[in-house]
Amino acid sequence: MEEASRASKFVYTFIVLFILWLVVTASLDSQELITGAVIALIVAALTHDVFTRAGLANLHPKRVAYAIAYIPYFLWAMIMANLDVAYRVLHPARPIRPGIVKCRTVLNSDTGKLSLANSITLTPGTITLDVDGDNYFIHWIWVPDEVLNAKDDSEHVEKASEAITRPFEKYLRVIFG
Amino acid sequence: MNALAIIGEVLVFIGTFFYFLSALGLIRMPDVYNRMQTSTKSATLGSLGVIVGVGIWAIGKGYSPAWIVQTVAVAGFLLLTNPISAHALIRAAYKRGIPLWHGSVVDKYGEHLASKAQAEEAEGETSETSEGVSE
Amino acid sequence: MIEVNIYLALIAIATLLSTYRVFRGPTTVDRLVAVDIMTTITTGLMVLFALYYGRMIYISVAFVYALLAFGGVIAFARYLEGGL
Repeated sequence: MEEASRASKFVYTFIVLFILWLVVTASLDSQELITGAVIALIVAALTHDVFTRAGLANLHPKRVAYAIAYIPYFLWAMIMANLDVAYRVLHPARPIRPGIVKCRTVLNSDTGKLSLANSITLTPGTITLDVDGDNYFIHWIWVPDEVLNAKDDSEHVEKASEAITRPFEKYLRVIFG
Repeated sequence: MNALAIIGEVLVFIGTFFYFLSALGLIRMPDVYNRMQTSTKSATLGSLGVIVGVGIWAIGKGYSPAWIVQTVAVAGFLLLTNPISAHALIRAAYKRGIPLWHGSVVDKYGEHLASKAQAEEAEGETSETSEGVSE
Repeated sequence: MIEVNIYLALIAIATLLSTYRVFRGPTTVDRLVAVDIMTTITTGLMVLFALYYGRMIYISVAFVYALLAFGGVIAFARYLEGGL
């Protein structure tokens, strides 16, 4: 993704900071609003260069729509993950078969990779151990048969990626590019 | 008692129950990796339930709507930061050489690190020999 | 407010079980994981107390506590990994 202009970066940083201020103070008092706007302006002027690379392009309607659609999907995946955990913890025989598998991602941006790693950690039976370039190393609490019995490395990566990263990538690729 | 207060109470109860499950996972699982698996997830969803539940319950009790905004902010913050601490901890565990549980079936990360170290070693050797030739 | 006390009891049990892991844990990382879970539980407890006393300002306390606990756990994890 190409670098955005300074003005676009500045406006984007200001908008994000001001929304953050509104949420944290939770008040619509005029004094609070003016203070928040002034502080957001100062901080945006100081940090807009390191805060974002794409600037206002992040607020493209398609991206925002996908981000909003991602929230219920993610919450649902998280609830499923916790029912899975509850089953494994409460089951007397403790049904676990852990292992570290390798996945490959198609995401390019660092923010996208971070979000994918966080999403993987909070969803069923998986936790991200390390990210090295495009490779994700994931601790899996129950490695399924088709991954375990893969003939070679590339088939292993393909099967594991299909199970773990694919469902999130179709959202995150649009949101973060 | 109105509907919002009841929804909030149910959410708080589910949240505290998941807190209990996460602590139980901490006790029952055999090694540090599996403990992290069970406890991080349950504790995060538990916090989400308790904190958002408190916000809804407060609205039901007639407090100002600012409650729900603030509680959702805290819940969102926890949702963003908890997995990051989990990554940092599990990587620290692996880098310190804590072994996987004996029932573990596959370790691709170890293979990756070994092949990387081998490649670096080979590279170091070739650069050394080329230096020797130039001298 | 008998209902709140039931929730407090569940939270107390969870904290006690984590404390067991803090004392027992065979490795340092085990103890640190238990402490991380305890800080998460404490954040929820603080928000619950905000409702119990009916004061919204306590939620801000929970927010700052979560922020500091996150920073602390990250610093410890980096230290254990061998490069601060």
